[in-house]
Amino acid sequence: MALRDSSALRVIVYEGPGSDPLPERLATITALLERGHAVTRTGGDRPVAPADAAPTLVLGRFAQAPEFSGTTAEWRVRDITTLNSAQIADVVESTRAELGAARHGEWKPWFPVIDYDRCTNCMQCLSFCLFGVYGVDGERQIQVQNQDNCKTNCPACSRVCPEAAIMFPKYKAGPINGDIVSDADLQKEKMKVDISALLGGDVYSMLRLRSDKARSRFSKERDSDKALTERQKCLVKLAESGDIPPEVLMSLPSPEEIARRAEEAAAKARAALEPLG
Amino acid sequence: MSETAPHPRLLYCHCQYAQVVPKEVKAAVLEQLCQSGTAFEAVADLCEMAARRDPALKRLAGTGAVKIAACFPRAVKGLFHQADADLDPQSTEVLNMRTLAAGEVCARLFATDLAANVPTKASTKPENPAP
Repeated sequence: MALRDSSALRVIVYEGPGSDPLPERLATITALLERGHAVTRTGGDRPVAPADAAPTLVLGRFAQAPEFSGTTAEWRVRDITTLNSAQIADVVESTRAELGAARHGEWKPWFPVIDYDRCTNCMQCLSFCLFGVYGVDGERQIQVQNQDNCKTNCPACSRVCPEAAIMFPKYKAGPINGDIVSDADLQKEKMKVDISALLGGDVYSMLRLRSDKARSRFSKERDSDKALTERQKCLVKLAESGDIPPEVLMSLPSPEEIARRAEEAAAKARAALEPLG
Repeated sequence: MSETAPHPRLLYCHCQYAQVVPKEVKAAVLEQLCQSGTAFEAVADLCEMAARRDPALKRLAGTGAVKIAACFPRAVKGLFHQADADLDPQSTEVLNMRTLAAGEVCARLFATDLAANVPTKASTKPENPAP
């Protein structure tokens, strides 16, 4: 999936003057959220975000359809008096397609989020990631550039960050999920980096070496079922040590390709760390 | 749609594409928002919007005080930043539906005051805080 700078369809559930209250308000809003839309419910004495350039659909039980002015965006108004929540969701989906608003739900949003209060711009994440998720901006500040290259459920890069500055908000546990970083977390992060350095500083080489050793052992096995069991055990161990999903390990490219990508990433990191000339 | 009303705006995240926010918590919070008669904004998934750098996040971050029912404040801050839509730490309160009960979230959402809690600098919590 190619991510792009497109806006979600803004759906305004209008219950102000000229519109009756929705009998299925909760069901309707839930159905819209489950399809990925952004919903504004008007009413009461609180403000809502102002109109902007986002494509917008106004839903209501209108005695007389209101007119909206003063926006530059594509606006649509739809009377939903006779529709149930599922039918409303269908209407909204077809309007989304018609207005060219962002599509949702094709990709689980799993990607790193950098805590710039903690990040020291050391480029370890850029050096580590083989999938081109990271890059630098014009001022050589590390940033996440290709979110959709990230391997779903893999938090490995957060494990190499010495400052616990990389979050995955949908991860199960802290501090990777965004919870406050504890002193103990920082000590753990430092230990991980030290271990990596002791092993030669190249985690991928280590993983590959272990995998090759295991493969060599399996090739000597006559019993293919036993070999498969051993291989699975080995992958489970690797996965547990870095909390890396087995499917990510299984999909690692060839040793030559890993070496090429790792060198490419390291070169990017070195370039970013060179003094500005 | 007033921009100068006295109360903070309310924003709810449904965390649609993961199971990390307890279902019963987000369902109860959304239900109380719907029953309250008050205006609010709801999005399917802040992570998904941040990944796409959805311009809507600028609309949601700007224009005054806001209370956000979502997940950890540090993560929410980072998500908005990633979309070039920085939250104002002085006028943003994040209610964490991963750790708070629905009643606690709603009590803070509907309170008239705002307890700003978005982190403004790196900090760590001690492992064994002094009594």
